[in-house]
Amino acid sequence: MNPASRLLLLIGPLLLFLAAAYLVPFLGVMRWSVTLPEPGFGQYRAALGDPLVLSVFARTLRICAIVTVLSVTMAYVITLLWVRGGPAQRTVVELCILIPFWISVLTRAFGWLALLSNKGLINGWLEALGILSEPLTLVRNEFGVIVGMTHYLIPFAVFPLASSMRTVDERVLMAARGMGASRMRIFWQIFVPMTKPGILGAALVVFVFALGFFVTPAILGGGRSVMVAELIYLRIFQSPNWGLGAAISVILMVGVGLLLALLMRQVRQGGAR
Amino acid sequence: MLARSKAAEIGASGIGKDFGDFTALDDVSLTIGRGEFLTLLGPSGSGKTTFLMLLSGFLAPTRGQLTLDGQDMTRTPAEERAFGMVFQGYALFPHMTVEQNIAFPLTVQKRPAAEVKRRVADAIELMGLGGHGQKRPAGLSGGQQQRVALARALVYEPPVLLLDEPFSALDKNLRGQMQDEVRRLHRETGTTFVFVTHDQSEALALSTRIAIFEHGRLQQLAPPREVYDRPANRFVAEFLGEINVLPLTDLSTGPGGATGRFEGQRLGAPAPGQAGATTLAVRPEHMRLHMTAPASGNKVAARLDHLVYLGAETRLALRSPGGTDLTMTLPTAELPAALEPGATVWAAWPEDRGFLL
Repeated sequence: MNPASRLLLLIGPLLLFLAAAYLVPFLGVMRWSVTLPEPGFGQYRAALGDPLVLSVFARTLRICAIVTVLSVTMAYVITLLWVRGGPAQRTVVELCILIPFWISVLTRAFGWLALLSNKGLINGWLEALGILSEPLTLVRNEFGVIVGMTHYLIPFAVFPLASSMRTVDERVLMAARGMGASRMRIFWQIFVPMTKPGILGAALVVFVFALGFFVTPAILGGGRSVMVAELIYLRIFQSPNWGLGAAISVILMVGVGLLLALLMRQVRQGGAR
Repeated sequence: MLARSKAAEIGASGIGKDFGDFTALDDVSLTIGRGEFLTLLGPSGSGKTTFLMLLSGFLAPTRGQLTLDGQDMTRTPAEERAFGMVFQGYALFPHMTVEQNIAFPLTVQKRPAAEVKRRVADAIELMGLGGHGQKRPAGLSGGQQQRVALARALVYEPPVLLLDEPFSALDKNLRGQMQDEVRRLHRETGTTFVFVTHDQSEALALSTRIAIFEHGRLQQLAPPREVYDRPANRFVAEFLGEINVLPLTDLSTGPGGATGRFEGQRLGAPAPGQAGATTLAVRPEHMRLHMTAPASGNKVAARLDHLVYLGAETRLALRSPGGTDLTMTLPTAELPAALEPGATVWAAWPEDRGFLL
């Protein structure tokens, strides 16, 4: 047996599993999108012509972009402490990253609900202290969704950032310092650009993950700030219009695929130069 | 960057550095003269790199004082000293082009844009990097990266240039070229150079003086010829190259020098530099081969064990009747024709070529 076929034998089971679990269902969804209720691209026309669907797409992209910027920025600070901080800082950061990681997304969403709702802890305190007379609306809107999603996604951004920060050669930073560069300059002009692949990787992971979010927006958005995944769910299980749901799914998949391809090219070019 | 910079004088007195319980450097005192090329030489773990880090300001000494042109700089941080530095592995900024790398220290010092542009262009020209200005370090060869690192460290005319084993990653030919380059840059800039290496031939070839470290202590500080020909102790003698060590008995020191006995043979040497010397040391290339006992000078009879042909030179491994191994190197051209292992020969050398340790 030549090495190529031996390799195929080794990864074969994984390929079969992926095909059975992802490819076959996705092809099925694609088929629905062009056959239900009748053959043709009618559902795509309906989806892209429907102001509701378009506004959900726009909201999804907006929320995902904000969540990506927020979680990557916060994760950057956390990772900096984790990778370059002292032993005590490291332990605290590890606990703060890992403990939420073990808690289910549902529990965390309800946790935020308990904290942010009109009768929740924050509004309760603020009213008890006399700072507010009317409760602040912190959930059942985009704000709540963004808070919940950002909190959930920060750990996913930490790992690509950490691996990229760990590869930064200490001597390069020393070289800059030795020439008289200030800490701020070293951070912004040397350290951040050197960790750019990690930043792009983290942003990609968070953004793609965020696009498919279902539980958090459903609970913290309270039906008022519907995102794409929830819309697909509604079209399939409640309206029910399987063809339209399938068409929206395919549009989402193609969009994510294009984004991935674009970013991968960017990263590869950055590495080659 | 060809302008002769205001080279600085560095002083160290009683410098010590501890890492926890480990003493990396102890009681080092020396002065590095203006425009000098000083090499810090020693095996790994000898403290030479620690000393360079103390000079750069990236580490602070546990004891002692450092001065720059007579002013105390013991606690001055690295970014305020702003000495030029070339790191092992070059430490170039990977996301910047060659031009941006070289311009960085000038931008940090807020030099006018026109000056930055001119100096960067000059540096690129001087280092033979023409046509590579827009490339990133990853697109350059090891030697080219080395040149960028040197240009970046010298472009702002620092008072001192520190080099931490800069050639350790280069192959032998490139190493030779870069040594010539560094020698030229030292001559043209006139800056004080402090160079760390564990390669003794590199140290001998480049330096005005060599500081030899072992176990965190300065063993000797002297010009290359002196450390090689008159090493202060056995460590220095052996570290700088091969050496024959002959244990002496009945040692007596007179006004004209010292004499002692090696396996019954009377040998002479200049008076020892330190008390308690008991061995006579002779470099292999200072010994001459004789097939019969020579009339004068030091001589030792030995059996030829084997020959090692090294091209221009041939090394002879000898063994004395008492069992002491001796090594002699001869120009291959001067080798007698009928020399076979097992032959009895004489190793001879002028009395003033040996030294007592």
